[in-house]
Amino acid sequence: MQSIAEHDYGTPPPRWVNIGQSSSSAAAEAPLVSLNIDGVEVSVPQGTSVLRAAALNGINIPKLCATDQLDAFGSCRLCLVQIEGMKGYPASCTTPVAPGMKVTTQNDKLAALRRGVMELYISDHPLDCLTCPANGHCELQDMAGAVGLREVRYGYEGDNHVYAKLADGSVNARFVAKDESNPYFTFDPSKCIVCSRCVRACDEQQGTLALSIQGRGFDSKVSPSQNESFLDSECVSCGACVQACPTATLSENTLIAKGQAEHSIVTTCAYCGVGCSFRAEMKGEEVVRMVPDKDGQANHGHSCVKGRFAIGYATHPDRITKPMIRARTSDPWREVSWEEAIAYAASEFKRIQSRYGKGAIGGITSSRCSNEETYLVQKLVRAGFGNNNVDTCARVCHSPTGYGLRQTLGESAGTQNFDSVLQADVIMVIGANPTDGHPVFASLMKRRLREGAQLIVADPRRIDLVRSPHIEAAHHLKLKPGTNVALVNSLAHVIVTEGLVNEAFVRERCEQPAFEKWRKFVADARHAPEAMEAVTGVPAAELRAAARLYATGGNAAIYYGLGVTEHSQGSTMVMGIANLAMATGNIGREGVGVNPLRGQNNVQGSCDMGSFPHEFPGYRHVADEATRTQFEKAWGVSLLAEPGLRIPNMFESALDGDFKGLYIEGEDIAQSDPNTQHVTAALNAMECVVVQDLFLNESAKFAHVFLPGSSFLEKDGTFTNAERRIARVRRVMKPKAGYADWEITQLLANAMGYAMNYRHPSEIMDEIAALTPTFQGVSYARLDEMGSIQWPCNEQQPQGTPTMHVGEFVRGKGRFMITEYVPTHEKVNTRYPLILTTGRILSQYNVGAQTRRTENVAWHHEDRLEIHPSDAEARGIVENDWVGIASRAGETVLRAHLTDRVQPGVVYTTFHFPESGANVITTDNSDWATNCPEYKVTAVQVTRVSQPSQWQQRYRQFSERQAELLQARDSAVK
Amino acid sequence: MKKDQVIPIRPEPGSELPPAQLTAVRAALAQQQHRPGALLPVLHAVQDALGYVPAEAVPLIAWELNLSRAEVHGVISFYHYFRQEKPGRHVLQLCRAEACQAVCGATLEAHAQQCLGVGFHGTTADGALTLEPVYCLGNCALGPSVMIDGELRGRVSPERFDHIVAQARQTP
Ligand code: SF4
Ligand code: SF4
Ligand code: SF4
Ligand code: FES
Ligand code: FES
Repeated sequence: MQSIAEHDYGTPPPRWVNIGQSSSSAAAEAPLVSLNIDGVEVSVPQGTSVLRAAALNGINIPKLCATDQLDAFGSCRLCLVQIEGMKGYPASCTTPVAPGMKVTTQNDKLAALRRGVMELYISDHPLDCLTCPANGHCELQDMAGAVGLREVRYGYEGDNHVYAKLADGSVNARFVAKDESNPYFTFDPSKCIVCSRCVRACDEQQGTLALSIQGRGFDSKVSPSQNESFLDSECVSCGACVQACPTATLSENTLIAKGQAEHSIVTTCAYCGVGCSFRAEMKGEEVVRMVPDKDGQANHGHSCVKGRFAIGYATHPDRITKPMIRARTSDPWREVSWEEAIAYAASEFKRIQSRYGKGAIGGITSSRCSNEETYLVQKLVRAGFGNNNVDTCARVCHSPTGYGLRQTLGESAGTQNFDSVLQADVIMVIGANPTDGHPVFASLMKRRLREGAQLIVADPRRIDLVRSPHIEAAHHLKLKPGTNVALVNSLAHVIVTEGLVNEAFVRERCEQPAFEKWRKFVADARHAPEAMEAVTGVPAAELRAAARLYATGGNAAIYYGLGVTEHSQGSTMVMGIANLAMATGNIGREGVGVNPLRGQNNVQGSCDMGSFPHEFPGYRHVADEATRTQFEKAWGVSLLAEPGLRIPNMFESALDGDFKGLYIEGEDIAQSDPNTQHVTAALNAMECVVVQDLFLNESAKFAHVFLPGSSFLEKDGTFTNAERRIARVRRVMKPKAGYADWEITQLLANAMGYAMNYRHPSEIMDEIAALTPTFQGVSYARLDEMGSIQWPCNEQQPQGTPTMHVGEFVRGKGRFMITEYVPTHEKVNTRYPLILTTGRILSQYNVGAQTRRTENVAWHHEDRLEIHPSDAEARGIVENDWVGIASRAGETVLRAHLTDRVQPGVVYTTFHFPESGANVITTDNSDWATNCPEYKVTAVQVTRVSQPSQWQQRYRQFSERQAELLQARDSAVK
Repeated sequence: MKKDQVIPIRPEPGSELPPAQLTAVRAALAQQQHRPGALLPVLHAVQDALGYVPAEAVPLIAWELNLSRAEVHGVISFYHYFRQEKPGRHVLQLCRAEACQAVCGATLEAHAQQCLGVGFHGTTADGALTLEPVYCLGNCALGPSVMIDGELRGRVSPERFDHIVAQARQTP
């Protein structure tokens, strides 16, 4: 069922397919065509269907198999029209407009034909409309009304799909019972009209191709994979088919349970960096279902399983809704009033500061919180705590992106919008797994690949993109983990030595001396693919071919992920990527660029908002006099010019006894940060840890004060996605614990003696806009008006900036940086002969605190260790065996999965479940420039075991004890 | 950690085929895979070699042709020609088109189904014969027509039919 709030124009707007036209002008505006529909003169872009042209002008031609999210199909014959000079009754959905066309959409003949079609449909469809979940928004019902169907002459006695039993009491072989295997939606074939909208949604929109129509004629039936249940099929539960279905055949379970929503509110998904726009369909304060917003500029009406379905965590009973405090972490929790909790936290922080010094406390912001909340936390730390000890979890993922791109291009962000990929001819994916990590963008990318764009994948593992239905990488550079920089230097070597540099671009746009130096550097024979083959493991011929394709294949765009940043040379690699793009002129227009795929929903935003100890909002250094004065004036306090502590420094300093108090908003450092045992030791050494979160997460088990936070459904704010798009989050229900997160920070600030008096997050945004040049033109009013805005948005760019560095780089001239390859310290040896690399999976999100509390566990309920069959055989490991993974840092136990997706010598796992303790084994190694931890490379040994690791046993005991302490909480507020 | 619960992991394409069938499917793929629109030729080659297209072959065919399992399944089920079940030792195709109908084809149909104890697309209990409908064998002047293992027979009376069946049952 489509959204209750959207109009369906029947067919998508025409789109220019521009493969091979390597210029940014390929997407020319289509010229207008004038025609006459029912006596009205209308003008629409060339390539528009007659159906859409009519709908755009308020004339609604009946239709069933068409919807504006999918290409026209022309199977239902309900949209027939008459066109002067054309024979018969063409289907308006498949007929493009032509100049001077005269179209009649309604007359007696057409009405009779349509009624005939509807009669046939209804004769094999149940008539239980009154008790049907789609009732009120069923397109079949609407069309029966629209064509004026009054009787159905063919009875149900004969052949049908509707009843389990035939008229004579025998079993109806055609009847297929409901498929309720998917936890989120139900498939009821008895209501299917075989319009194949679901099949096309899965093919075109999602690109999984999990559905087909099986059989033919009256035998036709929708079949997931090989006529399996949805859960057993390749279906990834994105829900596109459910949304496309015009009947109740595919319906969300929540819709079936709760009935139709009565209003809808546009908001933004809080899961990943794609930042999909959704309409929350509501019944009062209850969410009936989430429907991706067709007007959403990041997702265009598509979504993944997390955003659409996995919101049950927001109302999960594990949510804590009362503030709690305790003096020691071994004490039971005590539920207290908000006043008491805030007063206790503030007095502790003040006590610590007076005893150990101003710098003994700090704060951690979260990429899961809104821009406004993040801004407030860093303001609280800088102005309220009076130090710069604020950092964010982006430290552990994309800090090298910020640093590397700033050094080379001048701005710490990706260069394109998502739609840009539809203009790319060559797509290079490095260290990213978009189909799992950024599913909705992956669907867009796959659409482009199916149109013919070429794909290069650089990844140690065979990710799905390398080969999946209708997608095949031209080159898969299967490098050894930790050798990214060697690889990028080899690519550059080929480009430079084979004369593939875009000299004109470099001359005009880049710093000449830096370029010459770089050219000389990469031309050196030691970077030749042949010389590097032993290091990277990538055959030289394959690498040369990939470099040539990237440099000469037309518009070439690079997309990269944490496989690039989470390395000891993360920043170097980011600069290496920017070098490649500049050398080939692949930057500064549509279809090209350097694009970090951000992990969490608001990584970009939390970085923009000054979450780093050395930077004010807008990436301006705290030592910069002018900026600091500006902030001092606005905030009415004097601010420190020295950067504060980064997260790893906070831990060090805590273990040294100098750092004693921490305010953590929406972040779970005890699970997400590397070398868990080190982190927990540091938390244990602190005297006041304040955790603000939805759940008693891993870090909260070490906390003294717990402040119950609010989910994205309970507050207003903005998120900034991976394409710098600022989009509104809107409150659809009141906060379960009474306050939105920004209000809690404000309470704490006031209790600390630093006054904050915002009445609404829009006032915070106004302050941000006033203090940050790139946000100057942003306000809630503008956001409401434009839907979303891509920063920079200011006087020069009042509409925002979809593509950056057009005409000129942000820093003026692009700067090439020397990228020497330095192997990581983390080396394999006989004791630790394998390399462990980590990643994630579609159905789970980050540390999993949210997704683990939803039905998404149907797809993934434990982290497993992927190991190559040859490595497994050498260790006597078979599928499903419990295996111990030991590194220099620690040891854990997981279940093994044998697959040739990983190469020999490499093992792989995800880190969504705390008890897996994947980060117990990751080490303290980190990026040289930004301390971003080296999650992607850990030397390990793997052995068969029969019991959990010691760490896991201790973890379990500790967690059980903490759960008891939560149970035992005595409530001071009755 | 729920130790007893194991997430099913999709088997490698083709790993569920018995070795002899796997060889046949691989051979069919090797032969046809590189032509444009390879799916139909591959399916024909598989059916020629095995008598049907086993469900377990679908993942391998899909993987090799870079299609989804659903797509391959959709095509196989669209064409009645492709069998999804292992057929009997002999395949008996019975014409149901107009010319044969006009010369008591319907009687023969009823007789065939009754004497074999199966409906169309069914295989006899002893695994000897599979009965399939066809629509015109190009033998209209000499109807009713049947085809047994690709061999055409005309003017098939119920008696002649029984004879054909008896003969088939005796041959391996
Ligand atoms: S939910 Fe998504 S992946 Fe699953 S069948 Fe529907 S469209 Fe395809
Ligand atoms: S399930 Fe829905 S969308 Fe799919 S064919 Fe049936 S009616 Fe159409
Ligand atoms: S998790 Fe990401 S891709 Fe999925 S709906 Fe949310 S923003 Fe979109
Ligand atoms: S809507 Fe045009 S044929 Fe179905
Ligand atoms: S109708 Fe039976 S052979 Fe032609």
